[in-house]
Amino acid sequence: MKLIHKFIKNGVPIVLDVNSGSVHVVDMLVYEILDWYPELKAGDIELKLENKYSREKIREALEEIKHLESIGQLFSEDIYDGLTASRFGKNVIKALCLHVAHDCNIRCEYCFASQGDFNSGRLLMDVEVARKAVDFLIKHSGKRKNIEIDFFGGEPLLNFTVVKETVDYGNRMASDAGKNLKFTITTNAVLLNEKIIDYINKNMSNVVLSLDGNRETNDRMRHFDDGSGTYDIVSENIKSFIAERGEKSYYVRGTFTRYNADFSKDVLHLADMGCKSLSVEPVVSEKDKSYAIREEDLANILSEYDILFSECMERMGTDREFDFYHFKINLDQGPCAVKRLTGCGAGYQYLAVTPEGDLYPCHQFVGDSRFIIGNVFDGIINAEIPETFKAAHVYNKPGCRNCWAKFYCSGGCHANSYKLTGDINSCYEVGCEMEKKRLECAIALQVIKKLKEEKNDQEVS
Amino acid sequence: MKHIKTINGSSLSKSVEKGGCGECQSSCQSACKTSCTVANQECENK
Ligand code: SF4
Ligand code: SF4
Ligand code: SF4
Repeated sequence: MKLIHKFIKNGVPIVLDVNSGSVHVVDMLVYEILDWYPELKAGDIELKLENKYSREKIREALEEIKHLESIGQLFSEDIYDGLTASRFGKNVIKALCLHVAHDCNIRCEYCFASQGDFNSGRLLMDVEVARKAVDFLIKHSGKRKNIEIDFFGGEPLLNFTVVKETVDYGNRMASDAGKNLKFTITTNAVLLNEKIIDYINKNMSNVVLSLDGNRETNDRMRHFDDGSGTYDIVSENIKSFIAERGEKSYYVRGTFTRYNADFSKDVLHLADMGCKSLSVEPVVSEKDKSYAIREEDLANILSEYDILFSECMERMGTDREFDFYHFKINLDQGPCAVKRLTGCGAGYQYLAVTPEGDLYPCHQFVGDSRFIIGNVFDGIINAEIPETFKAAHVYNKPGCRNCWAKFYCSGGCHANSYKLTGDINSCYEVGCEMEKKRLECAIALQVIKKLKEEKNDQEVS
Repeated sequence: MKHIKTINGSSLSKSVEKGGCGECQSSCQSACKTSCTVANQECENK
């Protein structure tokens, strides 16, 4: 289906041609013509708009629209339907999420892992399972050169010895197999100390550290067993970590709930604390939880994104600038169409491994035994699950097919959909509205940045 | 053009030709991980 999306942000009218990925800045005349074009004929469009614009201008604008159409940058054809199955033909696993500890040293209210143990009792992965997981990844990664292991939990630093042994073993095996194995870790930062920071900085290509925002926001949801908050320890540890991290990639991430639906203040709190790469995201939970985001919170949340957008604009090019993950977008050099159709690859390119060695489609499904795909000792036992996940791409999700955001959102998170609707192929609408808002902000930021750069260039020359 | 300024051409349709190699980073979108939209990922096959 031919599809465009237009919106005005910060006074700039922007048009996205969905299938080609082209982005245009237009004047208000073109913007208004696109309310009627191509359904109405040129003559009828002139009649609609002649009170506001001269017929000559209207014709001129229509010519420009037609020109873009002829070069495939407006109302371009959808050439992607049916592409996925043929391109991602063989199931090749390229990333594993190792749950090295089903245990946690803090008690977050919204933890999807039942405070760390995924309803399975506290458990640490032993090194045998971890090694088997490495072997499994290398064996199933086919011709892929780049493969990944993320250390996850619960809290992975509770099993740091196994993390280190896995890195040593993984590096050895990967180099024998001619692979480039990258490690990442997701931690609550409570146990970080100088030695661990040093190790992480040497060995982990990306690090995700959790902190929700200011003390009040954070400590309401993230506390120790005795009820005391984690803010003081964690914020200090994160500062020490950032000071040592240099240019390497990291993210400080938080979760917002309906208790801090005014989360822009938390994002800015983290930014002013010195966190340059930030992500603060809506909680995913069953609807009946007190902190769950409800439909009536949506308007507020969308206006919080507007506040953040303005802050990002204002800080652009200054030393107060920060990266807000959801506003980052790569307009020219982003991922290919196939990647955009399939998204995360959970269940067939990316799998989670439990301490016992069971394989699941991803960390969010762990603990729900209906989703066990196999284990690291015997390999894949239930091949039907990977096929189901592979088929869950944009063109098979009825809600996504005609959504303008499909090539950026990639059909969203299967686990979200499953938790909220019971079906990995349906959409969670409140989530979709937030996603579309973030994308508009992201696209507009890139556009405005580009316009600014051009203006500066012109002034120089 | 007087009324339209193109910021970005048709990079997406061009990407079909060589795409799908699978060498890029995996990209979880959930709220507990490196949540992200796919669009901010780097392609490893430039
Ligand atoms: S590395 Fe680039 S071309 Fe290959 S699958 Fe990823 S986005 Fe597509
Ligand atoms: S999940 Fe929602 S926002 Fe994303 S592509 Fe599907 S319908 Fe669009
Ligand atoms: S299904 Fe959701 S939680 Fe799982 S890997 Fe994909 S985006 Fe992440």
